[in-house]
Amino acid sequence: MNPANYLYLSALLFTIGAAGVLLRRNAIVVFMSIELMLNAVNLSFVAFARINGNLDGQVTAFFVMVVAAAEVVVGLSIIVMIFRTRRSASVDDASLLKY
Amino acid sequence: MTATVHAVTTLAAESKTSTGEAVAFWILGPLAVLAALGMVFVRRAVHSALFLAWVMLTLAIFYIIQDALFLGVVQIIVYTGAIMMLFLFVLMIVGVDSSDSLIETIRGQRFAAVVVGLGFGILLIAVIGNASVSGMSGLATANQNGNVQGLAALMFTKDVWAFELTSALLITAAVGGMVLAHRERMERKRTQRELAEERLKGGGLVTPLPPSGVYARHNAVDTPALLPDGTPAELSLSRVLQARGDVRTVAAAKGIIEVPAIEDSREATESQLGKGATP
Repeated sequence: MNPANYLYLSALLFTIGAAGVLLRRNAIVVFMSIELMLNAVNLSFVAFARINGNLDGQVTAFFVMVVAAAEVVVGLSIIVMIFRTRRSASVDDASLLKY
Repeated sequence: MTATVHAVTTLAAESKTSTGEAVAFWILGPLAVLAALGMVFVRRAVHSALFLAWVMLTLAIFYIIQDALFLGVVQIIVYTGAIMMLFLFVLMIVGVDSSDSLIETIRGQRFAAVVVGLGFGILLIAVIGNASVSGMSGLATANQNGNVQGLAALMFTKDVWAFELTSALLITAAVGGMVLAHRERMERKRTQRELAEERLKGGGLVTPLPPSGVYARHNAVDTPALLPDGTPAELSLSRVLQARGDVRTVAAAKGIIEVPAIEDSREATESQLGKGATP
């Protein structure tokens, strides 16, 4: 098997995640799609680490995981805050900054 | 020139992965793609979360296959353990059945999103196809002291600055989470005496609500309890069940229980015991 197959899988998952961000209206599902994109990129980092024969890719993937964890905490608390004030988790409802 | 030739030969030597890895990839890869598609297209957010957990577990297996043992374990602990639990927790706060409305707010947005997604995917895969990633060096030399040791050697020497910044990021995220989730109390907290007075002066029901009907063969919460005069007690049923119309009717409940009246049962026993039983 060609190790590039992991890259194809990573590209597919990233595309599905991006489509999810564009398609879904529920803020939490949009957030999950973002997580899927981050995970897909991590897979390509790990695959590249093995293709290139050094561990830099894995270190980068580790830092991506840390950033993703921090991002989830802040993002989810923003979603909870918006839900408390607007009683809705739909991204269409939170358009007040527009006006 | 000789260096490139040498590099090419070493690449060729290790460019193939094992058969077991190929089998695992071709079984788990399509399943991961299916789960990702399910995550996007399934209506309920909880099901999306479960599909995402499946994708993350599959990716953890892929990491471990690719000589990234540490990252695989971290993926399971941090992503499927912590992050997905956080997602499910927030889903429970926000309400499990807050499924998407199917009304398109921007006309043609869904179609455009599918077209853009497909185009982007085709572009990305074409780029990878053109990049001719055929060989691989393998991580045998980099991992010779162990994967964790190799990662630590990089993380605490070359990338130590990024590592330090990570701590600042985590503290900021923790403080941010607390600040955002904190809610200031706007009015004074009511005391227990005030709550009790409010309850008694309202004139409503002071006692706890009666439980649902408990019968010999049927004690589901959708069956009303019977008052002493035989009428069903409306208060014994959950308002949610009543609003949904999931309540068993009184006639149905009676049909199930069908307890003979006390006089009838006494007569029945007497007839069974024979005539000598009655004085």
